[in-house]
Amino acid sequence: MIAYNTLVVLSGCALLGVAAGTVGTFALLRGRALVADAVGHAALPGVAVAALIVALVGADPRALPPLLAGAAIAGLLGVLAVQALTRTRRIREDAAIAIVLSAFYAAGVALLSWLQTLPGAAQAGLSKFILGQAAAMRAEDAYIAATVAATCLVLVLLAFQRLRAVAFDMDFARVQGLRTDRTDLLLLALIVLVCVSGLQAVGLILVVALLVLPAATARLLTHRLPRMLALAAGCGALAGAAGAWVSAMRPEVPTGAAVVLLAALLFTLALLFAPERGLLARLWVLLRRRLAADTEHFLRAAWEAQEAAGAGPGTAGDRWAPIGAVAAARGWSAGKAARLAAWLALRGLVARAEGHVHLTPRGATLARRAVRAHRAVEHHLLAAGTADADSADRLADLLEHGLPPEMAARLLPEPSALPASPHALGAGR
Amino acid sequence: MNPPAPLEVRHLTVAYGEKPAVWDVTWSAPPGLTAIVGPNGAGKSTLLKSALGLVPALSGEVRFFGRPLDTVRDRVGYLPQRASVDWDFPATALDVVCMARYPRMRWWGLVPRRDKEAARAALAQVGMADFADRQIGRLSGGQQQRVFLARALAQDADLVLMDEPFAAVDAATEAAIVAVLRELAAKGRHVVAVHHDLGTVPEYFSSVLLLNARVFAAGAVQDVFTNRSIAATYGARLAVLDEASVGAGAVGA
Repeated sequence: MIAYNTLVVLSGCALLGVAAGTVGTFALLRGRALVADAVGHAALPGVAVAALIVALVGADPRALPPLLAGAAIAGLLGVLAVQALTRTRRIREDAAIAIVLSAFYAAGVALLSWLQTLPGAAQAGLSKFILGQAAAMRAEDAYIAATVAATCLVLVLLAFQRLRAVAFDMDFARVQGLRTDRTDLLLLALIVLVCVSGLQAVGLILVVALLVLPAATARLLTHRLPRMLALAAGCGALAGAAGAWVSAMRPEVPTGAAVVLLAALLFTLALLFAPERGLLARLWVLLRRRLAADTEHFLRAAWEAQEAAGAGPGTAGDRWAPIGAVAAARGWSAGKAARLAAWLALRGLVARAEGHVHLTPRGATLARRAVRAHRAVEHHLLAAGTADADSADRLADLLEHGLPPEMAARLLPEPSALPASPHALGAGR
Repeated sequence: MNPPAPLEVRHLTVAYGEKPAVWDVTWSAPPGLTAIVGPNGAGKSTLLKSALGLVPALSGEVRFFGRPLDTVRDRVGYLPQRASVDWDFPATALDVVCMARYPRMRWWGLVPRRDKEAARAALAQVGMADFADRQIGRLSGGQQQRVFLARALAQDADLVLMDEPFAAVDAATEAAIVAVLRELAAKGRHVVAVHHDLGTVPEYFSSVLLLNARVFAAGAVQDVFTNRSIAATYGARLAVLDEASVGAGAVGA
């Protein structure tokens, strides 16, 4: 049974994750990730000043809204400072962001230290905004998170087309007369909203990760923007809830760190295992392609070894070819040639005996096709005068795979003929 | 009285930093199909972008159909360079073409069916109907260019400014673009296109502007597209450098 308080924190963090995922999707596509970082860091002096004012007027120092308002104002000022710096054209945006981010953060740290020397409760628990402490979340804070998440979701869905237009092709949208400045402003406001509402749970240093990681994870998993939005919201919710839970179980782990680590874990899993854009999927495609090319090269080399041993182009395929000759022709190590021979034997393309291979009928068909494709490309390159025999051979090695038979037929108009190789066969090419 | 020119610029000067890329250009595009031709870095794209307000001009005036752009935006279409966007963006070909219809839609909500139909029709017109739901990153370069062309068509504009529509495209795409150009001309629409291939100018276009930072010749192709004026345009880069001690805009083509 989960305690009521834990449930509040869990749902608050999950809702925050939903908001961060949806807004982060467009922040990422629009290239605004670093700006989000600036917003988070720039919020600190705002929190400190707000706490000071709250203390001066004697209001409840634990109340969240004034502090968040201060954070929002400071965050916005930070973004405006970045834009103003960039507009001077004396400095590029990345440097401007770094400057504003660190200057505002330093100001915040200095203000906080100064606040701690004052008597009274003004400074109580302000440092939790730096690293986040979801355990301090109360029910009304979870309501705030819920409101923020709902607002972000509704606005992103409403302005979906405009946000996409601006993120994809800003110039085109401007030529059309769309108010791109308003769309950008909306996106910025949403980023500030998420950053500020995430301060308590995740902390201002790590809140940018909550915006970027779920969106980046979702991008790895799909090519469709609506699906990407849904996945990012889901990843954000999952990381938020799981992180809050970990932090509730092990209070020595700050919530912000737990949430971000889980989001990073999700991202890493997607990076490795995503069905299409994942690294393993890409590696698999690469290996399969290489194996297919090696197979064709092996079969062709076995065919040509028979030709070199005296079989005419029409009769090759009936003789035993030494695996060593294949290895020499391809420049392969004996081990690689032997492993390939074993693999081809397994696939029923060759028979093996005493270091020799014999093409099976199916293997001979494939070999003949590979030889034909290779020579088609070779003869074409030679006829066009684009290469000498040696480089034609090498170029054909690159081009022949995936050359459809009908294309080879167009390059070599006589369907039954298998022309002799334009160069000597065997090793030492 | 003649109707106002689809596009007219007067004393337009554009500079990137200290380097003028477009130098005091006064030119009006005649009706029909017009090519802007000149060497690399001659300010051709800059001229288009500046006319559209995407690059600030130092001085000069731009008129579309005799009026400022803001009042006739619905009559002006744009085909940017293909390389100007990230094609890994998560969108389908249909999504991209639908963007042409955004000015006709509310700022919120889904794309209305009517506009989706228009986008599909535009895709069909460039021979891309079967690729409507394909992610744009999985299209070939030529197919991507045709998606951009379809987007420009879906704007249903009277004048389309095209930035290198024929750059690095395959034969099928080139043929599709030419067919579209002819169709637009037949419907009385106007096109101003930055063009690289001198050899096809007389075949594809009726008028030409020879530009190398400033105007070297402008008019009907058979009148002004002569060896002499081409040589002057392409050979003049050094002359311009000497004259104004400026490069003819290293940024953009």
